[in-house]
Amino acid sequence: MATPQTISPNLGDRLRGFQRSAGNIAAGGGLWAAIIGFTVWAAFAERDALTVGIVLGAILALGAVGLTLIFGVLKFAHFAHGDSMMLSAFIAWLLLNGIIVGERAGSETTLLPVTINDLPGADSAIWEFSFGYGLIVAMLLTAVLTAGMMVGIDRVVYRRLRRRKSGIVIFAIASLGLAFVMRSVILIFWGPTPRLYTPGIRNRIDLPFDVSVLADQLFILAAAFVVTGIVYVMLFRTKLGKAMRAMADNPDLALISGIDTDRIITWTWAVAGCLIAVAGVLLALQAHLDSELGFALLLPLFAAAIVGGLGNPQGALVGGFVVGITQEVAVTFDFLSPGYKFSVAFAILILILLVRPRGLFGERS
Amino acid sequence: MILAGKRPAWARGLKPSDFIATAVLLTITLAIPFIAYEQSRGAFPDGNIAGTMSFYTAFLVTVGVFALLTMGLNIQWGYTGVINFGVLAFFMLGAYTTAIITKGDPQGDFTTYIGGWGNDLNLIPALATDQWLPFVIATAAAALAAGLLALLVAFPTLHLREDYLAIATIGIAEVMRRVVIEERWMVNGSRGLTGVPQPLGGLVDQSDYKYLNVVIVGIVVIIVFFALERAVRSPWGRVLRGLSDDEEATAASGKNVFAFKTQSFVVGAAIMGIGGSMYAYAFSALSPDAFTHLFATFIFWAMLMVGGSGNNKGAIAGAYVIWGLWTISLQMQGYELGDVIESRMPFIRGLLLGVAIVGVLLIRPLGLLPQERRVSAWVERRVKKERSTPAPPAET
Amino acid sequence: MNSDQRPPILTVEDVSKAFGGLKAVNHANLEVAEGSITGLIGPNGAGKTTLFNIISGFIKPDSGHIAFQGERIDGIPPHRVFHRGLVRTFQIPREFGGMTVLENLMLVPKDQEGEHLWAAWFLPWRVSRQEDENFTKAEEVLRFLNLHQLRDEYALNLSGGQKKLLELGRTLMCNPKMILLDEPAAGVNRTLMRGIVNDIKRLRQDLGITFFVIEHDMDIVALLCDRLIVMSEGSKLAEGTPEEVRADERVLEAYLGGQVR
Ligand SMILES: Nc1ncnc2c1ncn2[C@@H]1O[C@H](COP(=O)(O)OP(=O)(O)O)[C@@H](O)[C@H]1O
Ligand SMILES: [Mg+2]
Repeated sequence: MATPQTISPNLGDRLRGFQRSAGNIAAGGGLWAAIIGFTVWAAFAERDALTVGIVLGAILALGAVGLTLIFGVLKFAHFAHGDSMMLSAFIAWLLLNGIIVGERAGSETTLLPVTINDLPGADSAIWEFSFGYGLIVAMLLTAVLTAGMMVGIDRVVYRRLRRRKSGIVIFAIASLGLAFVMRSVILIFWGPTPRLYTPGIRNRIDLPFDVSVLADQLFILAAAFVVTGIVYVMLFRTKLGKAMRAMADNPDLALISGIDTDRIITWTWAVAGCLIAVAGVLLALQAHLDSELGFALLLPLFAAAIVGGLGNPQGALVGGFVVGITQEVAVTFDFLSPGYKFSVAFAILILILLVRPRGLFGERS
Repeated sequence: MILAGKRPAWARGLKPSDFIATAVLLTITLAIPFIAYEQSRGAFPDGNIAGTMSFYTAFLVTVGVFALLTMGLNIQWGYTGVINFGVLAFFMLGAYTTAIITKGDPQGDFTTYIGGWGNDLNLIPALATDQWLPFVIATAAAALAAGLLALLVAFPTLHLREDYLAIATIGIAEVMRRVVIEERWMVNGSRGLTGVPQPLGGLVDQSDYKYLNVVIVGIVVIIVFFALERAVRSPWGRVLRGLSDDEEATAASGKNVFAFKTQSFVVGAAIMGIGGSMYAYAFSALSPDAFTHLFATFIFWAMLMVGGSGNNKGAIAGAYVIWGLWTISLQMQGYELGDVIESRMPFIRGLLLGVAIVGVLLIRPLGLLPQERRVSAWVERRVKKERSTPAPPAET
Repeated sequence: MNSDQRPPILTVEDVSKAFGGLKAVNHANLEVAEGSITGLIGPNGAGKTTLFNIISGFIKPDSGHIAFQGERIDGIPPHRVFHRGLVRTFQIPREFGGMTVLENLMLVPKDQEGEHLWAAWFLPWRVSRQEDENFTKAEEVLRFLNLHQLRDEYALNLSGGQKKLLELGRTLMCNPKMILLDEPAAGVNRTLMRGIVNDIKRLRQDLGITFFVIEHDMDIVALLCDRLIVMSEGSKLAEGTPEEVRADERVLEAYLGGQVR
């Protein structure tokens, strides 16, 4: 055949080419080296921040796995994820002690006749934790309720949009609308003042290597570990999980091979709802219950999911830790005040989009 | 029912929801002056004309500023289908850029900001340049700055799937808010900036400036409206509409998807910058607390969805309707709704906005004023002309 | 090897593309002669549509080259492929549902000055002149496709077959050198389609446009195509005149095998 002519690249292509070669360097272990190097350095220089980062990372990982599951199966970015986490944290609060804002702002009243804290010994602290078994019960109940809530929302809103074959942008906007609905619901019932599950003292535990953590943080890590294990088994060992992953990989094929997509979608929301609830309660335990936190949380959540490659649950797990650690350690630098925490998450997100849009584990595009 | 029966000639082709829409518009138009009068009674038992007018003009100015921002979003989302969940960033950047250009040097120990060139821009005193030149420059700079920021966000994200841009815009909004709050030296941090000069402010009595304010914002809205209509009802707008319908088909029709999406995103952001600029003039004070997600991003989505995505008139109508209803609901505070409701009114309003967005998506996706059937104004004229002249005999 | 004397306008050389583990196109080699109407047939999932997506720039091949009129076009974006004069239709119609049928067509022509913002703002007379030209052309295409009575209808409201015709119409709006048609007859009324077969032949005759057509309906293929290329499991299986291909054992096997699996 005729000798192929070279195509004269225009500026945009050249920039994109530069971007691609940067991506290739990063792919050649550069990103991994940077991440591991940074973590090792932090282990020596900023041990406290690293500890907090790991705890936060575990929470973000739970949230991001849910986010990435929804993205994988339903193919849209769920912008109500952060606010759902906060709302479920408040639902757990309600189950625990039944308290909502009273007639006037600032006053309080109880909504539920019976609460978990009425159970004998539910609010007396276990071991060194600041809470009793009531919180664990509340978390589990909330997981069930949130799963139901997410499935309900899907029925009322998203399923109708699916039937109408709406584009992904419509789903994104609907989820943003729902995010504001949830945030407003929190504000209506619990007001803008941040809250804590328990006013009690937070005990520190000294671990080897000069590490000291709050007992509650050990609980967070343990809980996250258990839940991750359950989700892992569900995704990789059950038929349902395999169907979910098949649908995430290739929805058309899944449809053809006789998978009941409606059922898979329902289960996806249920699983994501449980993850949302656990992540929300743990986050509120680590930080506090705050209506403002939900929306801002979207940045580290999406950053984690994108670092891991959208739609990839194991990736999201790693991404959660990468983002959590980087975020906490970076704000110990003098030039970054703690207010920039979420901006750091955003910086990670943009960096990944520039060099590896498919995430750490994604194939190069 | 009644409406579905025989209709008079003027009402043919109207749907029942059109009548509802008209009723809403009328209610707002009638209710707001009344509310303005009621409000003025707070200061003067019998009410007074000056109080009424300052409330009413403030309402109109707010609608104007919000209409600008909604039109900016309309270019991005309504015409092109590009998502921007960070209107706040461009709004805020426009407002702060304007403030630091038009203000004089910082006064006092508690005020620090960069810029402060307002007084240096009185280049030709004979032409009263201090009254208009800094403002023209500042508004242009606001548009430019917002446009450049949009370019910066667009580059890494616009060639990816649509939702990546949405995420990135949330991020840029967060960064913008943070920088304003944390970097005190830049724009005075959380203390905010007060005393932004007002265009042509030296020409009228301070108590009458409110009227001038309405005129200035009104003129800017009209200019932007016609500029956008012209841009959008052309082959340029047709490509944007194509993009919002089907990106791949647009690419298969030989259009450079990335270039058009970038243009649309940048033009929309520049309009938002102008909106921010007008906000700075109209209210003369800026504080990071005023730029919440609700008031600086979300409300514009509600306005656009309700008014009608892809229609500039719809964007303006949406701003009017949503802000009108908002204002009316503020007034309801006085009416024995009970403490439970009253103390939660601000949050209930937020809830209703969220419900409005989802509801419009589910029930009336086109909003109050749907897109025009024909994109190109030329085609519109041509088809109309054909209708008014008898069809030529069909060629065989 | 190629009995045809005319030089190839399109050359596909050793092109492969895998989706995950699935090799949708597997070392495909083929040529399309200039001025021909070449058919591309093969069982479902043979990789025909994927090959079209690669040729038109929507998918980057994992390996291999594609040359159009002697110039390489693999790796360049779809709109630049279009500007070389190589246009395509989609198997599943991708109309602009929110626009009228007329403007679906008027969007397509290249070099519209009104697509530049400054021209839209400051050179309205030039924009009007071009709109006039494109309008006339679009009307002509609509009459040609029997769609003129639907001119002001939203494309969304067309039937499946009408949408397929609109796809075809779009390719006629831009003076292409070569058109890729992905199952143009699916869902289109048969009598109308026979008419269109004749029209395609006329277009080839009058304007010298090369056609490369994926089609399942063997009657239409036999009526329309000078040559056939058979694809199976991602690569070329056989090639020849419709009669030759029909007589080929391997082709029959591929189709039957495709059905059994
Ligand atoms: N975007 C895609 N992602 C994953 N698999 C795909 C994609 N497009 C096509 N395939 C697969 O590639 C194979 C070839 O498909 P296709 O080219 O559409 O076949 P044909 O048009 O010949 O019927 C099929 O198995 C199909 O499922
Ligand atoms: Mg096909």
